[in-house]
Amino acid sequence: MNGVLAVMKRELRSYFATPIAYVFIVIFLMLAGVFTFYFGGFYEGGQADLTAFFYWHPWLYLFLVPALSMRLWAEERKSGSIELLMTLPIEVWQIVVGKFLAAWIFTGIALALTFPIWITVNYLGSPDNGVILAAYVGSFLMAGGFLAVGACISATTKNQVIAFILSVVACFLLLAAGVEFVQDVFAAWAPQWLVDGLSSLSFQTHFSYISKGVIDVRDIVYFGLLIGACLYANAIVLQMKKAD
Amino acid sequence: MIDVQGLTKEYGRLRAVDDLSFRVEPGQVLGFLGPNGAGKSTTMRIVAGFLPATAGRVLVCGHDIETDAVAAKRRIGYLPEGAPSYPEMTPRSFLEFIAEARGMPVERRRQRLDEVFAQLHLERVLDQSIDTLSKGYRRRVGLAQAILHDPEVLILDEPTDGLDPNQKHEVRELIGRMARDKIIVISTHVLEEVDAVCNRAIIIAHGKILADDTPRGLESRSRFHNAVSVKLANSEQLPAVRRAINALTEVASTELDEKNQRLTAFPAPGKLPLAAINALAEQERWPLAELHLESGRLDEVFRSITGGATA
Repeated sequence: MNGVLAVMKRELRSYFATPIAYVFIVIFLMLAGVFTFYFGGFYEGGQADLTAFFYWHPWLYLFLVPALSMRLWAEERKSGSIELLMTLPIEVWQIVVGKFLAAWIFTGIALALTFPIWITVNYLGSPDNGVILAAYVGSFLMAGGFLAVGACISATTKNQVIAFILSVVACFLLLAAGVEFVQDVFAAWAPQWLVDGLSSLSFQTHFSYISKGVIDVRDIVYFGLLIGACLYANAIVLQMKKAD
Repeated sequence: MIDVQGLTKEYGRLRAVDDLSFRVEPGQVLGFLGPNGAGKSTTMRIVAGFLPATAGRVLVCGHDIETDAVAAKRRIGYLPEGAPSYPEMTPRSFLEFIAEARGMPVERRRQRLDEVFAQLHLERVLDQSIDTLSKGYRRRVGLAQAILHDPEVLILDEPTDGLDPNQKHEVRELIGRMARDKIIVISTHVLEEVDAVCNRAIIIAHGKILADDTPRGLESRSRFHNAVSVKLANSEQLPAVRRAINALTEVASTELDEKNQRLTAFPAPGKLPLAAINALAEQERWPLAELHLESGRLDEVFRSITGGATA
């Protein structure tokens, strides 16, 4: 456990020692605002809820989270510090989990900093704060899913640009599987079980349930399994391919 | 003790390390020599537990580096090639991270950090980010990281690369001080370093051990071993002197370095020509500028053993 903590603390500190943290948080908050008020029609909706805010989160994460995850391993490979890390008396899984947790906590901080919108909606009306809390939890879980996918991909390369692009593509596929448009394309010819299976693989589907305030164990298990599987794959990739 | 048994590492079809076996005991400072691409770094990476071996095994203080990795790694301090670290961190926070990751108790952590800062003269740059430091300081931060937990085994890949002569001297002194009860393996292509700090040297090329000896032993393989070099204040007499030296039974042959006007007399097998040449010089009143006994030249031994091998 010591190893996980040490790695996590070092990573978190590194975010704030470089401009990464500040750039990420500022852009995240700005985009969240733009999406909510401009595209989401927060005021025009005339409803005291944060649907317009959470609706865009999957698409926000699609580009921002890979930007965060791309450096997780690719940078260590490039600078050679991976050699240092892997010769410390820590198990590989501890390093993987420590790095992931640091990135996840960091996105949690960025997410928490959107609190003014929660204050705003409470000031303007009386929303169901339980639903809002559930949606925050869902959004956080989804960010973890994106991150785990990105971390695993980052472990395969020392090139951050490649890690970014591949992560965006992988996350896009995971997202798009649940979008109505894609569903319709499949529904036209594929059997229903395939359409459902595809839909149940998607971030979008699981997130949209939680963000409506329905915390279903299955959705939580989905994100848990996804994160677990990706981190497991991450550790295997590292074991197989350490040097280059 | 480090016990390396039949170590082999293949990258695809390339055999970087080929059935390497050796043991290193406490108190030994082993210099790993070899041309670039000889397999030095690969061997060290395997011993330090970074790369898995294709075949063979490595025991560090009785712990197998692959099956009992954490226990083995706890006993090792490792400086990877190029001394990588985290550029955005300061030496202080970087070393604190290493101490924490190695699970050092808080009390000991503070004490060891202070000791290591002092030993490597890092006090002045402790709170500056590592990417603003000079190459020499970065190397020393890497060394500090390796010795922080006072390990039984030190594996240093080119520890003095990029240091200026003063810093090199200091690092060698440091290694010398730690050498008494530790196992130290350093790789280098600076041959003077082997003379300065090592009490054993292994020369490898193409992943195989070509020589395993003390630095003295290696030097004695040189044809310069026990040779005598002579320089005269007045080079006009040189041809006569050369004829006289050639006539001695202790001397097999002589060579003249045209540029420096330095004459080198190589010993006949089993002979020591110094006394004879010295006596002759006094008797004939040669205008000697220099008379010098050669101990042997490592670079020449290195070249002849590795046969000019390159990667």
